[in-house]
Amino acid sequence: MIILAFIVQTLRIATPYLLAASGGLLSERAGIIALTLEGWMLTSAFCAALGAHYAQSPWVGLLCGVAGGIVAAALHAVASIRYRANQVVVGIAINLLAIGTTRFFLRLAFDSSSNSPRVPGFDWFTSSGAGAGGVLDTLASLLNPLVVAGLLALPVVGWLLANLPLGLRIRAVGEKPEAAESLGVDPARVRWVAVLAAGALTSLGGVYLALDQHQFTDNMTAGRGFIALAAVIFGNWRPARVAIACVLFAAAETLQIQLQGLQLVPSQFVEMIPYLLTIVALAGIVGRAVPPAALGKPTA
Amino acid sequence: MSTSPESGRERPATGATGSRVTSHEPRLLVATGVRKAFGSVEANRNASLEVARGEIHALVGENGAGKSTLMRILAGLHAPDDGRVELDGRDVTGWSTRQAIDAGVGMVHQHFMLVPTLTVAENLVLGREPRRGARLDRAAARAEVETLGTRTGLVVAPDRLVSDLSVGEAQRVEVLKVLWRGARLLILDEPTAVLSPPEVKDLWGVLRRLTAEGSTVVLITHKLDEVMEISDTVTVMRAGETVGRIATRDASPAAIARMMVGREVRLATDRPEAGGSGPQDEPSHDSRAMSRAALDVKALVVASGRGDDAVRGVSFAIPPGEVFGIAGVEGNGQSELVEAIAGLRRVSSGTIHLGARDITSLGMRERGDAGLSHIPEDRHRRGLVLDYAIADNLILGRQHHFTRRGVLDRGAIAANAATQVAGFDIRPPDPRLPAAALSGGNQQKVVIAREMGREFPVLLACQPTRGVDVGAIEFIHARIRAAAAAGRAVLLVSADLVEVLALADRVAVMYDGRFVTVLPRAQASAAVLGPYMTGLAGRGATTP
Amino acid sequence: MSRSVPGSFAVAWLAPLIALLIAAVVGDILILSFGQSPGDVYRLLLEGTWGNAYGLGQVLYKATTLTFTGLAVALGLRAGLFNIGAEGQLAAGGFAAALAGLAVPATTPAFLAVPLCVVAAAMGGGIVGAVPGALKARFGASEVIVTIMLNFVVLALLNWLVAARLHVGESLHTPPINAGAVPRLADLAPAFHGSAANTTIVLAILTAAAVGWYLFRTRAGYDLRATGLQPDAAEYGGIRVGAVRFRALTLAGALAGLGGVNYVLGYKHYYEEGFASGSGFLGIAVALVGRNHPAGVPIAALLFATISQGGLAVNAIVPKQMVEVLTAVVIIAVAVTVPEVQRLAAAGRRVA
Repeated sequence: MIILAFIVQTLRIATPYLLAASGGLLSERAGIIALTLEGWMLTSAFCAALGAHYAQSPWVGLLCGVAGGIVAAALHAVASIRYRANQVVVGIAINLLAIGTTRFFLRLAFDSSSNSPRVPGFDWFTSSGAGAGGVLDTLASLLNPLVVAGLLALPVVGWLLANLPLGLRIRAVGEKPEAAESLGVDPARVRWVAVLAAGALTSLGGVYLALDQHQFTDNMTAGRGFIALAAVIFGNWRPARVAIACVLFAAAETLQIQLQGLQLVPSQFVEMIPYLLTIVALAGIVGRAVPPAALGKPTA
Repeated sequence: MSTSPESGRERPATGATGSRVTSHEPRLLVATGVRKAFGSVEANRNASLEVARGEIHALVGENGAGKSTLMRILAGLHAPDDGRVELDGRDVTGWSTRQAIDAGVGMVHQHFMLVPTLTVAENLVLGREPRRGARLDRAAARAEVETLGTRTGLVVAPDRLVSDLSVGEAQRVEVLKVLWRGARLLILDEPTAVLSPPEVKDLWGVLRRLTAEGSTVVLITHKLDEVMEISDTVTVMRAGETVGRIATRDASPAAIARMMVGREVRLATDRPEAGGSGPQDEPSHDSRAMSRAALDVKALVVASGRGDDAVRGVSFAIPPGEVFGIAGVEGNGQSELVEAIAGLRRVSSGTIHLGARDITSLGMRERGDAGLSHIPEDRHRRGLVLDYAIADNLILGRQHHFTRRGVLDRGAIAANAATQVAGFDIRPPDPRLPAAALSGGNQQKVVIAREMGREFPVLLACQPTRGVDVGAIEFIHARIRAAAAAGRAVLLVSADLVEVLALADRVAVMYDGRFVTVLPRAQASAAVLGPYMTGLAGRGATTP
Repeated sequence: MSRSVPGSFAVAWLAPLIALLIAAVVGDILILSFGQSPGDVYRLLLEGTWGNAYGLGQVLYKATTLTFTGLAVALGLRAGLFNIGAEGQLAAGGFAAALAGLAVPATTPAFLAVPLCVVAAAMGGGIVGAVPGALKARFGASEVIVTIMLNFVVLALLNWLVAARLHVGESLHTPPINAGAVPRLADLAPAFHGSAANTTIVLAILTAAAVGWYLFRTRAGYDLRATGLQPDAAEYGGIRVGAVRFRALTLAGALAGLGGVNYVLGYKHYYEEGFASGSGFLGIAVALVGRNHPAGVPIAALLFATISQGGLAVNAIVPKQMVEVLTAVVIIAVAVTVPEVQRLAAAGRRVA
């Protein structure tokens, strides 16, 4: 039972990581730095809460959240693809923009500086009796379309990259855009497609956060976008390894939460794990991480 | 950004233009009055080209003449600012790569347009993928490589990663890519620059077979022997303009060379004999060989960085006053050898002595202070900080001599700049201009001024005249001759055999990381060195 | 040869100006969406910042911190390195200054205590900057990712140190320092009373001047800029590129760390969790708008400090979060317009 609870909680914590990391992987493999995952998630979480609140439907929330994520991704694409702006600068600015706009519209829409009202979520199967805590209830909490999407996201992205013509083009454009261009493949277009798809995938992570907690709270992503980016790098830009990294980071968090009472390790040290592992991976101390060659480079 | 236009260059004196021939064959491709500028650099000014169906057409010109730019316009990679391009009488000016490919025009680029992390088959089908349902049909892609390979003789394993291929194999993939897209007009940009001689022979075979089947080939080159051997027609470009078009059978290498540079060229055979016009006190070869070597390299081994050795045990000694030339096809370890001597690359084993001093493990700065000057092969990447002022570039590598207690001595820097700008005729003579604002020839003069405008017992001159105009070439050659005459030892590495034969007292040929022969100038000629450069002679020979 | 010659002075400042115009338009839209008049809001914003001594004092205080983080980003960029770790470096600098101030006895004279705490701040930030510097020099690890990730690590570490060892009661801050406090501007000019502005601003101006001197007058600066522009040419010129990169990021960290002086020695006299929050990213904006120039950075710092303080001034009629949006818009607009303006300028030269 403890083990089951551990696995379920790990999966629930991993869901936003898996979704955001799949978007990050897609974007980075196309050559666009995914520093914006945090901002995309935050934007979509807010839009999801907004939609779910006004329509009183999680599905409308989902649609609004994805739309918000795609708009944020489009802004990133315009700046870094169309105008060839520095992707690091734009990425950081979009994260700041997401914090600012969500706060601004939180005031405008809900007249609050901290959180939205309660919104409906995808909790059809959880028993209303809180604290019942049976095995079935624990498992039922996984019957959430977004948890399922999280489990499928990286396998699907991996399959797409390996098996679709578009996947081949994305890999080519992230590695050597001028080669793709010389064959009549428009690198800018491929990057646009990849970034918008990445925005949509990542936004599911934001939607999950808002609907799972039944509200939007200020800066509720709290660095999850950066943990997802860390997973992409620690996973060496390979889908299976990225998925393992996401689950690993989530498992560490779960362990920390479940052992909190014992005071074995300060929570701050558990927080550091993903970031430290990423630094170690970049330094090449254990299996060097090699980014796509054209990552961050604008196309002609 | 990735497409670098031809170097900016000085306007050559207007000279003889070749006689135009009017073609009676059906014309497949006609370009007229093409103009293309990149920023302030006009790569094409009045370029034109007429290619007849089924011929091999050589497009020749010096580095920076605008050949590649014109070809990129034909292939749809650039749109011209002005002018007209017709294919089969149809106006195709400013078309896209996609349209060019669909119309059967394909280009093999000088710098390979291959994705190293993809397989051969994936590179082949990129952009035009065979599908099964929505999926990429890998089996079909693989089969295409094999079928086409068998038909053309360009065999490469379809599942290998391009990053694992040799240069020759990578080029085969490039040609396959173009053929697979149904190219009837093949444009090849300096295809032989990276090939070994047997690979060049193979390529000629493939091209002849293709034209026999009805394809047309445009070949960019600046090697006149290739022009004479393979082409039917020659078009010559100079400084962005087309200056002539003649049938190869009516042309002589000398005539083409004259059109390329705009006036008579002194070919290697015109070189004045040592002592003839040189300084009177030039010592005889024998006495020089007796004196102590200025640069002494023993059993040098240098790793390539790709898991093997680029230099495999090279020994030589250069006495003061000698120009020691290294000839060879590029990529046989010359660059690594020079970088190791200069201190830019680590030595695996062997020793380097500058006079009596062992410099094998010294840093760059110490080598410079010990009297080693170095004209690097790539001035844009290494030789200059393009955004730095001329004055600041003139102290690069010697900045510690223009510093007082950590602070730059602006007065000394300005004085040095004034001297060098005047002494080496750098134009425009404003030391505050950024190096990027200069023409290729004047940029190289900045490098030469810095490296030769001081005391230096040994000079490493690597491709010293690459991409510079004719006037600057003569200036630089004169400087190198004068340096030798003044008792400096010069190691000259050049891909241009004519240049090596014009300057060197002794010539070594480097092949596959070794010296395969070392000959005195009197015994060296293109005919003698050719077999060594191509690896046909001297294999296994040891360095004298 | 496809490199464009860097733009003239006018071109360099045109892009930030266009960016500010774009931000103003976005600001208008936000203000209108809240049912207010842009004119009123901007007037209130200016009155609340430059219109009175207190507002001005707050602007100067914020600009002081931003000058340090802006210089930290600018110095890195001059060496070709993107230092996104200014926030962690600033926090570490503040923490080190507080530690030093706590370690000395209360009777320590200011002429000893202040320099000691200032040096500690620089060292604290410098150590944090040295980590990505060493990883870059030794392994070629992307400094962008390492500095981002290190921010989280450093902040978590400092939070733990404060929570586990040093905090006061129910707070998230350390005890006040025993010595090392520097005077407030209000001590010199009473009109500034209540504002956080303090004499650290003098240190900021001197530091900017020192960075300018270092970059353009010393051999180390020559080496640093060459490394940033063309690492291969720098290597050819006998410059040890790895060592220069290490030194640049360490120095950048020290510059950001000095910013901790402003809060710890000049304002609160203790280290508090979260005091550095946002200052690192704003430093990137400051460096960008200040064109990575030690003279431009303090001016840009004043600009962003004005926007930031202005948000509080207008909070009564529009949410102060508006200025966070505007700041982000300025950054994106600068990032977009700089390459665009350079391209247009190049085209203009060709036509001329």
